Amino acid sequence: MSRATGMRYRRRRVTDVVAKVLGTGATLFGLFWLAWILLVTLGNGIHALTPRIFTETTPPPGGDGGLANALFGSLEMSLLGVLLGAPLGIAAGTYLSEFAERRPAWRETIRFVNDILLSAPSIVLGLFVYTLAVRTVGHFSGWAGALALALIVLPVVVRTTDETLRLVPNIMREAALSLGVPRWKVTVQVLYRAAAPGILTGVLLGLARISGETAPLLFTSLNNQYWAPNLNAPTASVPVVIFQFAMSPYENWHALAWAGAFIVTVFILILSVGTRAYLLRNRVEAAS
Amino acid sequence: MGLALDDARIKARAVRETRQDAFFRATLFAAATLVLLVLGAAAASMLWGGRLAFQTFGWDFLFSDEWDAVGHRFGAFVPIYGTLVSSAIAMIIAIPVSFGIALFLTEIAPAWLRGPVGASIELLAGIPSIIYGMWGLFSFVPLMAEYVLPWVNAHLGAAPWIGPLFQGPPLGIGMLTAGIVLGIMVIPFISSVMRDVFRTVPAALKESAYALGSTTWEVVWKVVLPYTRSAVIGGIFLGLGRALGETMAVTFVLGNAHQLSTSLLMPGNSIAATIANEFSEADSDIYLSSLIALGFLLFVVTFIVLALARLMLRGLERRDGR
Repeated sequence: MSRATGMRYRRRRVTDVVAKVLGTGATLFGLFWLAWILLVTLGNGIHALTPRIFTETTPPPGGDGGLANALFGSLEMSLLGVLLGAPLGIAAGTYLSEFAERRPAWRETIRFVNDILLSAPSIVLGLFVYTLAVRTVGHFSGWAGALALALIVLPVVVRTTDETLRLVPNIMREAALSLGVPRWKVTVQVLYRAAAPGILTGVLLGLARISGETAPLLFTSLNNQYWAPNLNAPTASVPVVIFQFAMSPYENWHALAWAGAFIVTVFILILSVGTRAYLLRNRVEAAS
Repeated sequence: MGLALDDARIKARAVRETRQDAFFRATLFAAATLVLLVLGAAAASMLWGGRLAFQTFGWDFLFSDEWDAVGHRFGAFVPIYGTLVSSAIAMIIAIPVSFGIALFLTEIAPAWLRGPVGASIELLAGIPSIIYGMWGLFSFVPLMAEYVLPWVNAHLGAAPWIGPLFQGPPLGIGMLTAGIVLGIMVIPFISSVMRDVFRTVPAALKESAYALGSTTWEVVWKVVLPYTRSAVIGGIFLGLGRALGETMAVTFVLGNAHQLSTSLLMPGNSIAATIANEFSEADSDIYLSSLIALGFLLFVVTFIVLALARLMLRGLERRDGR
């Protein structure tokens, strides 16, 4: 081997090693932030967590209290958002996967638009619902908040339903149709059963996504210091309360914000890790 | 022959089932069309809500840096500038890091490590924006103010050309901090697209290169990356779309200051943060209309970026046979 070839070989080896080190470093960099954020949130949150969080409503400035009204409001609006968004999403996803074969251009347009909606800034959807359901009615309300959250759930469920149904083998459709079963029954009783784990995953991912959403609620449900289970009034939610309290100068408000952050983060972690494990198990079972 | 079909009951049933099928199909069609309507109606409603601002200020709305709530003069230049600059900082950080992570997850890491590490990185995408904001305000900003920014000011601030970008008091909040937080937030989106498309490269292509004596880096740089280029750019645009529209985290760490400054250490404002911060204070029609007009601008920009992203990712899906 000549001297020049040797040098060149060395340089290629060094570049390769440097790239591998940098790649590993980038991964550690990503994991470092994850660990830091989780440690800070969970560490500060656990200290702020008291039974009063669940029994008392949000306090006036400087006072003591809990997050009961915000927790209830979040629960109400998130569940309503899922109840509203998920069926629509499943229906739209089913259309894309099963019933659009005669209109491929229309199908691709909707898929394209849905993908954009999936990544669109949630603040924009909040403003949309504000002009649609707050300005026209004249006051902020929990219903408007739930509607905004439903619009965030919708594209998530459309996408997962569409993708999961496309994975169902054609032989199942053909077997059912050859028995003379009408298509709607094939869809509901055969395809949905086969695709249930995937669709459920989509719904849960949608729920995980909206349970921390803040921006769209600022313009729709706003906030409410008092216990107000009536959705026709401004409704408190954990993320909005976190925003308001974290930005305030009061120490005990900060503590409540951390407690809220803890609850939201743990809920989302359980949902996303749980869904992943559930999906993994179902995939393994389907394969074996 | 025709025995079954002559039966009136069976005929009636066939008719009923055809009708049910048609009804089912129409319902699903309506739901799918709703997706389209939502996007269209969102754009139209914001254009309508912002018309007062567009009519009053015309093109000045885009280019004026005046934001005077008392004098009712509104220009969007400062928030637009802040959105673009903070997103640019985010992309400078996120693109190389995401590429490194994708490299690690497809070529470097042992197989047993790929799943858990990939899932952990994706958890970053699951953490809500508001949590990033709180962590940013209470943990990251003090650290920046105490250690990082004084160093940046002392070393980079004296450098030629780029010096003015890094001069200023170490407040902690500001463009640079917001850009870094945004960068961390979009890393999982870009890296997971990169990882997924790197996996679609046919093994035969990579193995041919390895067989010729290529190193791992040469395979990735000269075979994998050219093969997946358009999808990688699509993934980057997807991350950019996220960064442009990110609201709560930026609201916490950007400083909500309507001022133009060459220094990245100074507070600024972004489109989304302005809307989130000032919406409840909007006490006049023109103020509210200006905020909604800002929302419309954000919508148009993110729509273009995300549409480009999808078009670039689509080419790959087609090649993949999906």
